[in-house]
Amino acid sequence: MIISVKDLRREFVVRTPTGRLRRSRIIVHAVDGLSFDIAPGSSVGYIGANGAGKSTTIKMLTGILVPTSGTVRTCGLHPVRGRRALARRIGVVFGQRSQLWWDLPLRQSYRTLAAIHRLPAKEWSARQAELVERLDLASFLDTPVRQLSLGQRIRGEIAAALLHSPELLILDEPTIGLDVLSKERLRVFLAEQRVAHGTTLLLTTHDMDDVQRLCDRILVVDHGRLAYDGSLPGLVARVGAARVLTLDLNKPSPPLTGIRFTRLVDVEPDGLRQRLAFSPHETTAAAVLAEVGKRTDVRDLTIEEPDIEDVVRRLYLASPPPPR
Amino acid sequence: MFANGFRRWATYRGAMAAGAFTNTIFGLIRAYITVGAIGAAGGTLAGYDAKAGITYAFLAQALIAPVNIFTWNEFALRVRTGDVAVDLARPVDPQLAYLASDLGRAAYSIIPRGLPPMLVGGVVFGLAMPTAATPYLLGAISLLLAVMVSFACRWLANLAAFWLLDLRGVMMIYVLASGLLSGHLLPVHWFPSWLAAIANATPFPSIIQTPIDIVTGRAEGVDALALIGVQLGWLVVALIAGRLVFAAGTRKLVVQGG
Amino acid sequence: MADRLTPYRVLLASRVRSQVTYGRSFALDVLGSASVGIVEFAEVYIIFANVDALGGLDFAGVAMVFALANLAFALADLAVGHLDQLPTYLRTGTLDAFLLRPLPVLAQLVTSDISLRRLGRAAVALAILGIVLPLNDIDWTGARIALLFVAPLAGAAIFAALFVIAGAVQFWLVEGAEFTAAFTYGGSYAASFPASVFAVPMRVLFTFVVPAAFVAYLPTLVLLDQPGPGGLPQWLGWCAPLAAAGIWLVAVLGWRAGLRHYTGAGS
Repeated sequence: MIISVKDLRREFVVRTPTGRLRRSRIIVHAVDGLSFDIAPGSSVGYIGANGAGKSTTIKMLTGILVPTSGTVRTCGLHPVRGRRALARRIGVVFGQRSQLWWDLPLRQSYRTLAAIHRLPAKEWSARQAELVERLDLASFLDTPVRQLSLGQRIRGEIAAALLHSPELLILDEPTIGLDVLSKERLRVFLAEQRVAHGTTLLLTTHDMDDVQRLCDRILVVDHGRLAYDGSLPGLVARVGAARVLTLDLNKPSPPLTGIRFTRLVDVEPDGLRQRLAFSPHETTAAAVLAEVGKRTDVRDLTIEEPDIEDVVRRLYLASPPPPR
Repeated sequence: MFANGFRRWATYRGAMAAGAFTNTIFGLIRAYITVGAIGAAGGTLAGYDAKAGITYAFLAQALIAPVNIFTWNEFALRVRTGDVAVDLARPVDPQLAYLASDLGRAAYSIIPRGLPPMLVGGVVFGLAMPTAATPYLLGAISLLLAVMVSFACRWLANLAAFWLLDLRGVMMIYVLASGLLSGHLLPVHWFPSWLAAIANATPFPSIIQTPIDIVTGRAEGVDALALIGVQLGWLVVALIAGRLVFAAGTRKLVVQGG
Repeated sequence: MADRLTPYRVLLASRVRSQVTYGRSFALDVLGSASVGIVEFAEVYIIFANVDALGGLDFAGVAMVFALANLAFALADLAVGHLDQLPTYLRTGTLDAFLLRPLPVLAQLVTSDISLRRLGRAAVALAILGIVLPLNDIDWTGARIALLFVAPLAGAAIFAALFVIAGAVQFWLVEGAEFTAAFTYGGSYAASFPASVFAVPMRVLFTFVVPAAFVAYLPTLVLLDQPGPGGLPQWLGWCAPLAAAGIWLVAVLGWRAGLRHYTGAGS
């Protein structure tokens, strides 16, 4: 197992001022008894609402934070005690924080990282060339990091994290703030890397599309506990999360009730816009559209995916946590 | 705005304690150096005996925080970022507004930063402070003027931001000049005559040397009033200069679009 | 060994480059740093405009103490002066980035910046030293010559250790910079003057707790072959490297404890 977590717990003591002089101590259970194993070569999505404990888990996996109790082993090493050995074998990308040198061009950052990881010259220049090509970095390789756009910076960070060919790549919200095209390109790249190098992928995200395209397993964490461990279709089926098709019609139509596997969620008063919810494991958007097309003309449509908060909330409601 | 300044600084309790600690340590070091010098001079130097020298060292440290002779570049930063537009749009005069805020800050820091060094100095050495009330009354007035003179000078220094992109040079010169010439390190009365002449041609001695001279009773009666007069004079000059330069600066800002 | 130092060299080289490329601004900074040194020396000058001796040393002797202390402090400030800004590194997540690299965190922190402008102050100190050295009546032996070179280096090591401790303290006290300044800058100030002016408790504090006296005063006693004040025999002047080693031990232990606290308490 490349990651092995057993009964992991992490508490924080938060002092909040109550009144003018005193402060009360609240204990926050950021991670509350997590257990899971990740096999090498797999691709795991780690999802949960904000504050659910995702970042705290990542910190404990990478040696930045010590658990309050429980065990965690990454690449077979104790993350804190084996910090430096571990750093050679994993790559970490934080979407919200940069690990690059702010005023240096990317090229310099890579040269520095190669020196830090003591990579032989031929090896890393070949690797860098590959990454530059696949992530399309050539046009801004000599620009200082602080002048890069968010999308450029993220690509640069991912290349930095992969330069030393780690066995495990951990990404914390890598696609946050990126436009649709950039997200898609990133996902394609990560999938390729996995195939080409067998890199294990652990990805925390709020974006279900990231999970859908990249991960073959999902861990859902809620209030520091594991609420689900399985595949995405399984999760969607389990909570009955729906995709919602918003239809703009050419002329006012009666409510589109009674279409198989769909539920009419909303009809605007003029009948020109209607919303249908359906479960992706029961039918497809195309099938629903075909049925609708038999009844009326569709001018335009949008599809909403179930959002993480919704999925997690439903999951939580479906199977409440065991009492403490 | 006074209350605002007061309240803003009231949240920095930890920093106050730390600052007072540092002041006390420096006060102790300076006191010993001063005593060493006075001893080497045969027990008295320019009218200071050992006790007076020690008192001077601790008073200088106690006053550092209220008069704030070191860097202040809040306004310069606002000019640089363009936030100054907000200040200009307000119906309150910026120079007076910041002055009021600075007075609030000074008022707040007097006790937490001023008392600890004096207490330690008193306990370790015993300080030579006057027993009459007049020096303290006049000293309070002098201190008030000192705080304002210090502000007026710092305000002027900040105004350079209207013309200069990088204020580091100006600020550095200001800190060095004010640090030495105000009497913060050693009494101006100890300066060789040429240096003393330079110092007295600047407003800086009014910031530390003068209030200390008055509150310790070194300057009394008419002399004290004369010194207060000098402080007032510098205050007026500095404030007016500040207003003139400010007008020129805002003119430049408006013309060039800042 | 050279191979192990390469990443540090690369990191420092880029900091050096970025500071020197802005030529005019850099020159101004160096000038400013030199001015600080001059103004501080003014204090010594003013005192000796009034008296002939301080703490048992004459002007040339006190000037030598001042110059050695300033040189040592300028060198330390140049290398690790940024360490008392630890909270900035914590806030920007830079310390976490350090933890994710296969290098010791302290080494990365030290090489993350360098303040070349302090060379101005170092130059002033060297100039003063160059001027007053011949004014002192020194009986030059091989050992004393060696001490002349070792003392500033040991002194820089001592101040560097104080900066590390100042940084480590801020793992616990985020507002700690104001507090630790009493020992880093206060120590520098105390080191610039003969420790003989201090009463015994202060003398002990600034010799055996914060080894300020080992930086300049005690080596000066050896060079001038002067007796020390009560509690500080002259031969201590040879022990500056020992003092440096001792304070570095404290610094490393303190740093490790601080880092443990950081990873244990979270951020």
